[in-house]
Amino acid sequence: MKWLKNLIRPEPLVLGNGKIVQPKMSIMVILVPIFIVAILFSAYIIEFDIFILLRRGYQFFVIVGRMIPPDWSYFPEVIGPLVETIMMSIFGTLLGAFLSLPLAFLSSDNIIKNKVFLWTNRMVVSLFRTLPILIFAFILKYIFGIGTFAGTLAIALFTWLIMTKMLYEIIETVDMGPFEAIESSGASRLRAFIVSIVPQILGQYISIALYNFEMNVRSAAILGYVGAGGIGLLLNEKLGWRRYDQVGLILFALLVTVYVIESISRLIRTRLS
Amino acid sequence: MSENILKMYKKRPKDWIVKWGSFLVIALLIAVSVPYVDYNGLTDYGQEIAKSIIFGIIQPDLSLLFDFSKTEAVPYLLLETACIAFLGTLVGSVLALPFAFISSRNIVPKWVATIGTFFITVVRTFPAFVYGLMFIRVTGPGPFTGALTLAVSGIGMTAKLYVETIEDLDKGIIEALDASGCNAIQKIRYGIIPQLMSNFASITIYRFEINVKNASILGLVGAGGIGYPLISAIGAFRWSDAGTLLFGLIVLVLIIEYGSGRLRRKLATGL
Repeated sequence: MKWLKNLIRPEPLVLGNGKIVQPKMSIMVILVPIFIVAILFSAYIIEFDIFILLRRGYQFFVIVGRMIPPDWSYFPEVIGPLVETIMMSIFGTLLGAFLSLPLAFLSSDNIIKNKVFLWTNRMVVSLFRTLPILIFAFILKYIFGIGTFAGTLAIALFTWLIMTKMLYEIIETVDMGPFEAIESSGASRLRAFIVSIVPQILGQYISIALYNFEMNVRSAAILGYVGAGGIGLLLNEKLGWRRYDQVGLILFALLVTVYVIESISRLIRTRLS
Repeated sequence: MSENILKMYKKRPKDWIVKWGSFLVIALLIAVSVPYVDYNGLTDYGQEIAKSIIFGIIQPDLSLLFDFSKTEAVPYLLLETACIAFLGTLVGSVLALPFAFISSRNIVPKWVATIGTFFITVVRTFPAFVYGLMFIRVTGPGPFTGALTLAVSGIGMTAKLYVETIEDLDKGIIEALDASGCNAIQKIRYGIIPQLMSNFASITIYRFEINVKNASILGLVGAGGIGYPLISAIGAFRWSDAGTLLFGLIVLVLIIEYGSGRLRRKLATGL
């Protein structure tokens, strides 16, 4: 690598006292060409076409323009699916959060000393955690049929896996003193965990559960698209019929809901920390 | 000894109100939300599907997984997904820059920043999928639409995180450069860019990680990537194909998550 560094050498600087300083080569010399190649290659792969954008791009603003003003009279029909969306998220998050504690216990390297068992757990968690929630819902719809159950289960599964990861990262940073003290007085690992570690992580546990709840409300809004209950079904239907004023109302209702939930959640989370 | 322990144990904090209170709140939430979850049992072929999917992931169809020539095979689809995410992230993070600067309270007047923040919040509320549903009606199906969607939907989150970085700017450095006689461009080049660069890069890499996941679901609306082949495989009950595609997606996301984590840790602790 040394010859490469000498290849593109910046001008040496002469300081006031006559000392010559050789600045290091900028990392940009390597990064910029790589980026340019990557951009051109990606543009080729995705069939980048500036003319489509120039010709049709304004249509997006036409659609947004037609959403304003929203069709307020449509509001009563939105309430039902909206409440359904929120309830799906509440139950899914609660179930996922509840299940994540035992699995996080089994995936923390300061509690489980059996490496094989530990890494099997973590492997399974991270394998399925990478899948987007919509794909979970899409598969579950085929297993449990169309309806809110598939959506709720998708939310629960996703929350369970992602919270497990967040939790075991927290558990691994806690103070192990109380745990060891209680274990040495004869308690089992599980008992020691409940008494000494759970109180330490409880605040953060509730905090990440609330954070997940926020995210889940947003993603639950699209689950209806694959037939897994909630407001997404209406959204897709109205977009298909080009009733953009009603789409506008749905999006507005969603905006208000998410904003209210986020504010409440943030309030509780700042109180917790 | 044990008497002391018992004495201390009796003096333990009495938090039964908090315990019962939170228990009640959770019970109430469950009671309210359960009626909305309608369980109708498994579908007729539900068990079989669950089994086939898991088998498909565990035993991927190798001929589909390592076929580099066909565009319907896994490697090309993953490449397309990654390219959509890459360009979408890049354009999105450039688009986010102006919004970030007009929403930072230490750069513009407060009322301008409030308007900017409001706009960012609105954009951020909706998942990328909603933008996808709209863009598909603008530029038609294809991976280009996917990248466009990610670019626009990424503005919200990226700009929000940029603003946090900009508001943390250390003004002392700029004042020091001012005192040593630098002009405006030099102040930006040596005072502002070095402070922002590593955080901005870190945020953009993080967004790329999220966008790979987003790109994989945008296929559901026909915006390119691995999503469409995936749902059509599931819809046509080709379970081993679906499992193979899922396997490929999992591997791609894990690799990108790992790389992104390494890079961001390096950026945070210095190269």
